[in-house]
Amino acid sequence: MTKTPHLLKNSLKFPQPELEPVDTTVAVATAATPTPSGTRSDLEPGPRGRKPARRFSRRNLFIYGTLTLVALYYLLPLYVMVVTSLKGMPEIRLGNIFAPPLEITFEPWVKAWSEACTGLNCDGLSRGFWNSVRILVPSVILSIAIASVNGYALANWRFKGAELFFTILIVGAFIPYQVMIYPIVIMLREVGLYGSLTGLVLVHSVFGMPILTLLFRNYFASVPEELFKAARVDGAGFWAIYFKIMLPMSLPIFVVAIILQVTGIWNDFLFGVIYTKPDLYPMTVQLNNIVNSTQGVKEYNVNMAATILTGLVPLSIYFLSGKLFVRGIAAGAVKG
Amino acid sequence: MEPSISIRNLSLDFGSLRVLKDLDLNVGQGEFLVLLGSSGCGKSTLLNCIAGLLEISEGQIFIGGRNVTWEEPSQRGIGMVFQSYALYPQMTVAGNLSFGLKNAGLPKAEIAARVDRAAKILQIEPLLDRKPAALSGGQRQRAAIGRALVRDADVFLFDEPLSNLDAKLRADLRVEIKQLHSKLKNTMIYVTHDQIEAMTLADRIAIMRGGSILQLDTPEEIYLRPNCRYVANFIGSPSMNFFDGRIEGGDHLRFVSGSLNLPLAGYAFADPQGARPGPATLGIRPEHIVSGAEAEAAAISLTAEVDLIEPLGSDTFARVTLDGSNLWIRLDGQARTRPGDRLVIGFAPERAHLFDLDTELRL
Amino acid sequence: MAAMARPARWHRNISAKVAAIPMIATALCIFIGGTAWTVVYSFTNSKLLPKESFVGLRQYERLWGSSKWLTSIENLAIYGAFSLIFALVIGFLLAALLDQKIRFEDTFRTILLYPFALSFIVTGLAWQWILNPDFGVQAVVRGLGWESFTFDPLYNPDIVIYGVLIAGLWHETGLIMCLMLAGLRGIDEDIWKAARIDGIPTWKTYLFIVIPMMRGIFITAIVLIASGIIKVYDLVVAQTGGGPGIASEVPAKYVYDAMFLSQNLGQGFAASTMMLLTVVIIVVPWAYLEFGGKRK
Ligand SMILES: Nc1ncnc2c1ncn2[C@@H]1O[C@H](COP(=O)(O)OP(=O)(O)OP(=O)(O)O)[C@@H](O)[C@H]1O
Ligand SMILES: [Mg+2]
Repeated sequence: MTKTPHLLKNSLKFPQPELEPVDTTVAVATAATPTPSGTRSDLEPGPRGRKPARRFSRRNLFIYGTLTLVALYYLLPLYVMVVTSLKGMPEIRLGNIFAPPLEITFEPWVKAWSEACTGLNCDGLSRGFWNSVRILVPSVILSIAIASVNGYALANWRFKGAELFFTILIVGAFIPYQVMIYPIVIMLREVGLYGSLTGLVLVHSVFGMPILTLLFRNYFASVPEELFKAARVDGAGFWAIYFKIMLPMSLPIFVVAIILQVTGIWNDFLFGVIYTKPDLYPMTVQLNNIVNSTQGVKEYNVNMAATILTGLVPLSIYFLSGKLFVRGIAAGAVKG
Repeated sequence: MEPSISIRNLSLDFGSLRVLKDLDLNVGQGEFLVLLGSSGCGKSTLLNCIAGLLEISEGQIFIGGRNVTWEEPSQRGIGMVFQSYALYPQMTVAGNLSFGLKNAGLPKAEIAARVDRAAKILQIEPLLDRKPAALSGGQRQRAAIGRALVRDADVFLFDEPLSNLDAKLRADLRVEIKQLHSKLKNTMIYVTHDQIEAMTLADRIAIMRGGSILQLDTPEEIYLRPNCRYVANFIGSPSMNFFDGRIEGGDHLRFVSGSLNLPLAGYAFADPQGARPGPATLGIRPEHIVSGAEAEAAAISLTAEVDLIEPLGSDTFARVTLDGSNLWIRLDGQARTRPGDRLVIGFAPERAHLFDLDTELRL
Repeated sequence: MAAMARPARWHRNISAKVAAIPMIATALCIFIGGTAWTVVYSFTNSKLLPKESFVGLRQYERLWGSSKWLTSIENLAIYGAFSLIFALVIGFLLAALLDQKIRFEDTFRTILLYPFALSFIVTGLAWQWILNPDFGVQAVVRGLGWESFTFDPLYNPDIVIYGVLIAGLWHETGLIMCLMLAGLRGIDEDIWKAARIDGIPTWKTYLFIVIPMMRGIFITAIVLIASGIIKVYDLVVAQTGGGPGIASEVPAKYVYDAMFLSQNLGQGFAASTMMLLTVVIIVVPWAYLEFGGKRK
């Protein structure tokens, strides 16, 4: 993912807490999502003040024509990867990469999964896949747990100095990772976690913190303050309010955070290659080693199958989650 | 008797901004006190301080004789009702009502009994299993009151509880709150910027401005004897008419402003010291200005031209021009006056209010 | 009724403070501490292990004398300039097209955005394959009869960075498009009505009214793209490995290679400090404009 800083006050719409719909008259404090009148929120299509388009006008032809061409261009790499992965090597050597396979074979997929060789071992991508899963699950849970509590503390329990640290965190999101890589190597080595999955999990949690904290802070800040006050009058403390009041009403933001982290961590390469050892490499690193290994004959079909396999997790998330993904990356676009 | 709530020298700062300034306030046992003031004057802030939701900068707060200045909101023996209801959206009404009791670790049977009793009082028994989203505005506010009720608190704090409701419902709930108070007899502090709510509900009203209390009195007193020009202007609708002028004369004081020359014989000066010549403002409420035959007999009568008419059915308010400035008067609902008509108006000095031009305090 | 003094402050909000420890630790130890550490050690001649033998600006002299670093910088500049311009222009044009009340908007958007879900490694490998001169576009066009057709960016040191650019744009334009679309949707529709009543042509409305109104989104997009550019690493590793030769090296790769391959930590620290400096030069004026100006 493009990892980039966030603008504290940009116009992206983050999910907002859903509260009871406010009836009839004045919907002041409960309406958590004030959309300025006359503007449309998010990416919902809506009526505009322009001329309703005639079906087959020249203008429409141009618009749909252009968009279709662009869409084809964007789909091309995926298409080429898929057809290549379904061909045998002889057909690849003779044929045209854009041509559909004459004879479909799943051999490359099987090979990519269980036999493909990196420089070191030949047990296929499956090893990388399971490593990635073992990295992903704890990283996602840990980073979201930390960031949501942090965001909640920042939004509702302002204490002295909190804003300062938060600012450092957000500014830190702009710092190139390269500057912090080596000090972290040293820290992890000191505690004996360098080269372990645990170490990588910690690294992911640390670098996920700025954007996730911002995400959660903004979300919790948009929960009406009176709800929080009511809970305090009801005698609920820090954790009771978090678990009993805030958590149950923040499902959407958790989904967004999960999408963000799953794709971000799954797609990570840099941290994987630095903080783990070869037998613990995540899938992206292993994929790169398989495809770009200099030994042996290049098996393009296997390479493409492996590439698709690696892209499969984020792609499924993307296609399954639809609009939430857009929100997730809109927020994550912001990722440091 | 010991006051139920006692606030001493309370100040609160938001950063460098002093929002509450050295407030003193005593609220009696079972009293219904309304905090009234324009937006941003610090009403909610004061209420939040009493509730313990804001940490005060200076001063002390006592509730029921106990110093609660540094205590947690839940330990202060208060119940609070918010403008936006602030019901927990994921819990049923019963869940909302019992949340605080569960946090306090009360036994289950006790919780159930209290929830039932509160639900009965507020007639929300059929709604107990519903989520807030499935309730109407009035029902939500009732549930929110229920949440305060189950706490068996001595003190209830309301922060504009009715302002999210439509006018009709607001009037109904206002009556219910009043009945609730006479039934429960606990101390209530009620924030509003609605004068009608303030006048109808309050035992005493505190008018706030810029973080201070200007006047703390019964509704009647506040209406009849506002202690400063701000309060006079704030209470009453349409608001009081003002004339800037001078008090003149020796033994027989008169108020003079343009063509207005009013003998002050019947006026009760708040402070006999104030009864001397000098610049002053005279205020008179629209409903205390009489017209027609009545006006001819009044201490002062003037002819003014009608400029604008606002018929409300029960009353008609007319804006008339006098000496180039406007004043509002109240006419009978059936009055046939038209803009352009000339009208004789007058009023009695007893009905007027005099304020010092500089200090704006009542004379 | 006695007055009570304010109790000690530190244990107020104690849970919140405890909960903020990870954030505080990250901010202090890693973001501030780590950065400072690297900057300090960039003035040493650390090799395999960091050591405190300070050599002044020696590492920087060597850095700026290294052709690999100079190539990296040049590549970053070319890649950065083009990807900034193209991503903004294409992203905006696509968003404007999608904003024309069209049918299948969701489908088009889904297609344009999916590359962003993929990792740079996958993106790089896919385009490495398509741009492969023996099998990819060049081979296909030659197969159609145009024998002299040459299109082998990944094997030509002069244009290899443009090959990377193609992949980079494919990956990120969808995101910029989505941002722009959100921006367009945020514009009051009455603006369009007013412009129509005034008889302003659509393109003029976009150019002189809509785009200036979207200033915030454009700045977001620019900051987004710019800080992505500086971090470009995985894409190059996957697509070209920095080759042919050193023709497609980038600073992030230079840092990695120096630190973990050639055991030249000092060089890595100096190079990463230069990257930090670049970010500071980009971000500080922006932050000043965005936040500093508001305060007045
Ligand atoms: N958290 C805060 N930080 C800084 N200033 C605040 C904060 N909360 C309130 N204020 C300021 O304190 C003053 C009093 O606010 P308060 O909410 O008490 O007004 P109010 O009388 O309740 O008004 P309203 O009728 O609009 O509810 C206002 O000027 C407000 O801007
Ligand atoms: Mg208020």
